[in-house]
Amino acid sequence: MSTTIVTLPDQSTARIPKMNYLSKENGLLSWLLTGDHKRIAILYLISISFFFFIGGALAGLIRLELLTPQSDLMATDTYNKIFSMHGIIMIFFFLVPSVPATLGNFLIPMMLGAKDLALPKVNLLSWYLYIAAGILALYAMITGGVDTGWTFTTPLSTHYVNTNVITTGMAIFIAGFSSIFTGLNFIVTIHKMRAPGMTWFRMPLFVWAHYATSILMVLGTPVLAIALVLVVLERTVGIGVFDPAKGGDPLLFQHLFWFYSHPAVYIMILPGMGVISEVISTFSRKRVFGYTAVAFSSVAIAVFGFFVWAHHMFIMGISNYSVLIFSLLTMLVAVPSAIKIFNWAFTLYKGSITFETPMLYAFGFMGLFTIGGMTGIFLGTSGVDIHLTETYFIVAHFHFVMVGGMLMAFLAGVHFWWPKMTGRMYPEKISQLAALVTFIGFNLTFFPQFILGTLGMPRRYASYPPEFQVLNVFSTAGATILGIGYLLPVLYLTWSLKYGEIAGNNPWQATGLEWQTQSPPLTENFVELPIMDHEAYDYEWLERQKEKEVASVG
Amino acid sequence: MSDISPVLWQFLVKWLTNFALFPPEASRIAPQMDALYFFIVLVSLVGLTIVILLVTSFSILYSKKRHPVAVQIEGSTLLEATWTIIPLGLFLVMFVWGALIYFRVYTPPANAMNIYVVGKQWMWKAEHPGGQHEINALHVPINRPIQLTLISQDVFHSFSIPAFRVKREAIPGRYTSVWFEATTPGTYHLFCTQYCGTEHSHMIGEVVAMSPDDYKKWLASSTSGSSLAQNGERLFASLSCNACHNTRPDARGPSLANVYGSKLRLSTGQTITADDAYIREAILSPSQHITQGYAPIMPTYQGQISEDGVIALVEYIKNLNSDYRVQQTTTTTDLLPESEGKAAPAGQTSAGKGMVNQ
Repeated sequence: MSTTIVTLPDQSTARIPKMNYLSKENGLLSWLLTGDHKRIAILYLISISFFFFIGGALAGLIRLELLTPQSDLMATDTYNKIFSMHGIIMIFFFLVPSVPATLGNFLIPMMLGAKDLALPKVNLLSWYLYIAAGILALYAMITGGVDTGWTFTTPLSTHYVNTNVITTGMAIFIAGFSSIFTGLNFIVTIHKMRAPGMTWFRMPLFVWAHYATSILMVLGTPVLAIALVLVVLERTVGIGVFDPAKGGDPLLFQHLFWFYSHPAVYIMILPGMGVISEVISTFSRKRVFGYTAVAFSSVAIAVFGFFVWAHHMFIMGISNYSVLIFSLLTMLVAVPSAIKIFNWAFTLYKGSITFETPMLYAFGFMGLFTIGGMTGIFLGTSGVDIHLTETYFIVAHFHFVMVGGMLMAFLAGVHFWWPKMTGRMYPEKISQLAALVTFIGFNLTFFPQFILGTLGMPRRYASYPPEFQVLNVFSTAGATILGIGYLLPVLYLTWSLKYGEIAGNNPWQATGLEWQTQSPPLTENFVELPIMDHEAYDYEWLERQKEKEVASVG
Repeated sequence: MSDISPVLWQFLVKWLTNFALFPPEASRIAPQMDALYFFIVLVSLVGLTIVILLVTSFSILYSKKRHPVAVQIEGSTLLEATWTIIPLGLFLVMFVWGALIYFRVYTPPANAMNIYVVGKQWMWKAEHPGGQHEINALHVPINRPIQLTLISQDVFHSFSIPAFRVKREAIPGRYTSVWFEATTPGTYHLFCTQYCGTEHSHMIGEVVAMSPDDYKKWLASSTSGSSLAQNGERLFASLSCNACHNTRPDARGPSLANVYGSKLRLSTGQTITADDAYIREAILSPSQHITQGYAPIMPTYQGQISEDGVIALVEYIKNLNSDYRVQQTTTTTDLLPESEGKAAPAGQTSAGKGMVNQ
């Protein structure tokens, strides 16, 4: 095993602590009625992984269809349903809850030194809402699907399609409440449940990122709910808000939809940025460079994120002057992301770096997110957006941010905190391989799509002119590799539940409070109330703690 | 080569002979937009290189083996200010440069030739001023600014010509416009880029840019006998618009001569310029567009005229440069054969008081 795992206990004598949150109660009911944030996090982890693989299978079908220029694998209608369901499932049932509902749920109380989230029952309710929404979405998919695209553009969604728009809309409506409850819970917890000494500027950056995310969730999601209810009312009783024939405005829907869905992009990426801050600091054994700047850049992204929505509508006939304003604001929102990237890079400076799997995923994140972010600048530049919008350039751009960014960060986080969650290590060598396979597969899948987009290939096309085939073949080949990269962790992480090495309290020698207690933690998280008497990422404090322990034992 | 499988061989040959990395530049704006595009590509590459260099060099220099004890550093205001201000400055350059191009693409010159385009599930219909119609095709002359006035009959569509670097959404119930000037004769892709339902990926066509001579030949060979304005004139008469909009002293509606481009005072007190969009609105929801001094008696034509019909009427009204044309139409009505008068949805031309009752 890797040499950095300083306190990995002697395997012959090591035991998982008898009392922990997993062993406290047994039976299905003890899980389904739990109020423990850690158990709810595990429930979420299992359910979002399930939806990720459904969404992934749909992505596989999309790539298979696009292997040839004709629409020969399936009818265009089927293709439309498949890409719509891929988007809906991946966004609302995987990306939005991915890091916050699993890692955030598990870690925020522990990082703050609290016993649980402020509202444990609301936390459980949020999972039930998520499951109800998920079942409704699957029901809609099985009974005919929906073919509006995940954007539900009116009047297509209100007057021109005959698929399960209402059922799917209601599913997303309910999932929205699940995410509002999670956000609300985090905000209250971060304000009210911090341990003594845990001031705002001693909180890990992971918590700062989740605070910013929660604000977006609580303020943005209701607008999506309103937009969806209006779509449903338009379909059922024809209220005409979006219908030009009744004096409505079809563009209004897009304003409402993107008012949520642009901030939603930050809901999806900010928690990932929080993960990256923790991972990079831990494996370079250094305080995050410019802690305050990184913390405030999260808040800045959340604030600016609310004022850029119309950059999705540059060619849709909004006035030239609003294009001017929204393009400028888009440039401003890009700056905090640039700050973060450089701060992470300089965190490595004069560190003492090791290259375990979470760190490899974090490096992957930095490269891919830089490309994803820079291509966002192409699209925020109004003149260039005219040519690139609605093409595969957009598809490549947001997959670089969402998959190259968020999914890499999610996997970094799952590997990083796996020992804490399960008490066992994942196998290092094969997971490093998986990280590499994912990185290669990802680039092969999505980089050709930038070129396709520049050439003008429109998105959401079941068939395309034959001269685009070569690049599409590359993309499909890459998707196959990527699929293997995602299957590997499922296999070896499941394996490690039984056969992984015992991790001990703090295998990475990380400074967060979550690492200063047993793995897996007790239901109450800590034996006694922790007192925070040092800054976040204080590795010297950690050294002194170890010396104290040695002194008291020996 | 014999050991390479034929399928793989074919693929390789295709790859080597069909290796497109960049779309053709076939319009006046294309090179300008590409200049900015490559500027951003350059900045991105430099940025990415810096990030990769930093991460790899730090990873090598400060790996645990070489550098066992980390040196704790708080941060550096100077460095952080550097990587805040430099990207911000570059982004602002892109913003200004991009906005200049954006305004150029969506501000048609006054002398542009106007072609109407109607999008509907799942085809593009172009209406040339000379009365030529095209489906999923657009013929244009090179070296002449062409303005497209777009509208959708149903859902959102988007009219995209990658080789010209222009794209504009066709919106239900509202005119939008874009212009371009083709520079290289050739046939280029035309795509619908806004997802519009089942056959979205088949809502494609071609744009043919032609030399002026070829274009003249094409115009002559595809004429339908009457111009778009003439079609509008016929519709104007058959819908009995001229019963009120005439030049008689007792006319119930305002004269439409020279109305296009003029400033109108509405009964609400608002002053408005009569452009394409205004004329369309005034036909479809007249009660909200009453010219001052006239009674709100005009019925709505919503649902009675297709977008193509509205376009023909707009084009006709645009070309009404004198009362003489209206007079002519008034006389034409009397000459109109009985059958054609009935074919129109509200074509009861009861003599003199030809108000449309509906």
